[in-house]
Amino acid sequence: MSIHVLNVSKSFGAFAALDDISLEVEGGSLTALLGPSGSGKSTLLRIIAGLETPDTGEIQISGRDATALKPQKRNVGFVFQHYAAFKHMTVRDNIAFGLKVRKRPRAEIRRRVDELLRLVQLEAFGRRYPAQLSGGQRQRMALARALAPEPQVLLLDEPFGALDARVRAELREWLRRLHDEVHVTTVFVTHDQEEAMEVADQIAVLNQGRLEQVGTPSDLYDEPATEFVMRFVGDANAVDGVLVRPHDVELLFEPADGAVEVMVERVTILGWEAKVELADGDGGPLVAKLTRERLDELELERGQIVWVLPSRERVFA
Amino acid sequence: MRRLSLRAVAIVYLLAILVGPLAIVFWRTFQDGLEPAWQALSNPDTVHAFKLTLIITAIAVPVNTVFGIVCGLAIVRRSFPGKGLLNAFIDLPLALSPVVVGLALFLLYGRDGWFGGWLDRHDIQFLFALPSMVVATIFVSLPFVAREVIPTLREIGDEQEQAAQTLGASGWQTFWRITLPSIRWAVIYGVILTTARCLGEYGAVAVVSGRLQGQTETATLRVQERYESFDLAGAYAISILLALIAILVLLAMTITRPREEPA
Repeated sequence: MSIHVLNVSKSFGAFAALDDISLEVEGGSLTALLGPSGSGKSTLLRIIAGLETPDTGEIQISGRDATALKPQKRNVGFVFQHYAAFKHMTVRDNIAFGLKVRKRPRAEIRRRVDELLRLVQLEAFGRRYPAQLSGGQRQRMALARALAPEPQVLLLDEPFGALDARVRAELREWLRRLHDEVHVTTVFVTHDQEEAMEVADQIAVLNQGRLEQVGTPSDLYDEPATEFVMRFVGDANAVDGVLVRPHDVELLFEPADGAVEVMVERVTILGWEAKVELADGDGGPLVAKLTRERLDELELERGQIVWVLPSRERVFA
Repeated sequence: MRRLSLRAVAIVYLLAILVGPLAIVFWRTFQDGLEPAWQALSNPDTVHAFKLTLIITAIAVPVNTVFGIVCGLAIVRRSFPGKGLLNAFIDLPLALSPVVVGLALFLLYGRDGWFGGWLDRHDIQFLFALPSMVVATIFVSLPFVAREVIPTLREIGDEQEQAAQTLGASGWQTFWRITLPSIRWAVIYGVILTTARCLGEYGAVAVVSGRLQGQTETATLRVQERYESFDLAGAYAISILLALIAILVLLAMTITRPREEPA
């Protein structure tokens, strides 16, 4: 059930969508392909599904070369951003589709559809048409449909991208729980670093068709391999030419070795922590995050001059 | 106020152009009761003319339905050299006068035409017979299904088809279970327009048929023939029946079309 992407490249005309990507997805894991739009993450997912063919390179699913296999033969489930619901079919028929085309016995189909309707909490909606469902319900239906033929691999292309923030957060958590229950190898595409951090075991960061880094959420945050990852995953400040996380700075009232002089512009309380917006000599913005305790000790005022000392800085080649 | 005058313009226009002439034909047909109309319609040559029109329509409509769907799929879902040209050529029968189409067939299949010699040697009667009339009718009614299907295919996109593929459906299963049901109203609408066009075809068929009474005379040709023979009652009666068939076809469409397509 593992997926191996080996040296895959793909161009659309002069545009290199993917440039020599190699990636290993362990069986049963939940992996996020994270990157800005145009980074090639959706193209990579579609190549794994067989909906696009790579110019060069190989895709292995469960150790077998699948590069030349049609999507029908790959035994993958695919979930589209805009649901791709079969509009002329009821929810039940949508979910049953993959089983019907495989000519499974009718009783088995009924049992499996009932089971999936329960899993995605749509038991009461089996006879409805997709147009009568909300966006979140449609996407859950699409998920059940993709899971029905028991795929080896589940692929989701920006699955929550078209939903509003609250439903998004709900579905994220729900996908995480679903994965713990079903254990199917899952890869999902997102441009939202928070979503990737919250849901995935492993994150692959793509930028301009190249793989920047693969690792666990904490790897990426604590040990970013490139400046791009540092900036894209979590917040980053440029202090005196080096990058530093907002909570990795010390604010001092005296100049010190390696410290930069800045002026306090604004203090915002964010629950248990506080955000201090600062401006350096050139007016460049800087953000420091402190605990409330530390903020109360400092008693910062707007316009006050302080010194910023990065406590954990990073320099990228 | 503005809405009222707009409505008035639309109604007056329809009355003058469409309903008026039809009403007059209707009036003249039944001026002297049902008897003369019935007599005109039960004439064997007239019956034969209607049969012929229906046979031609029954061949041309399925052919153009299949062609229109295949063509639409090719134009919207595939890319191939000459695609733009094909797309433009589909509209040719709308732009070309049917008489020109008839003449072109004549030039192609006539005694001195490209295929004329071959047909002659194999003893196949093409011109002045059913085959040429069917081909002429197929030609003039060709664009309707394709023109209905193409925008609908574009609108639904190919995500549903891709989803079906990832779920294990073959190309054939995807077509029958996903694509065709999604475009069914466009196909039905196209079929009805094609049918109406086939029933009313005159110019191209007039050229290639030779207009032999009781043999290659269709209903529309029969109207013209009766009219020229000063049998106005007969001409009117046939016209009315043709109009009634057309109206029935259009009604069938209005009834079968759902009030609101579920989005």
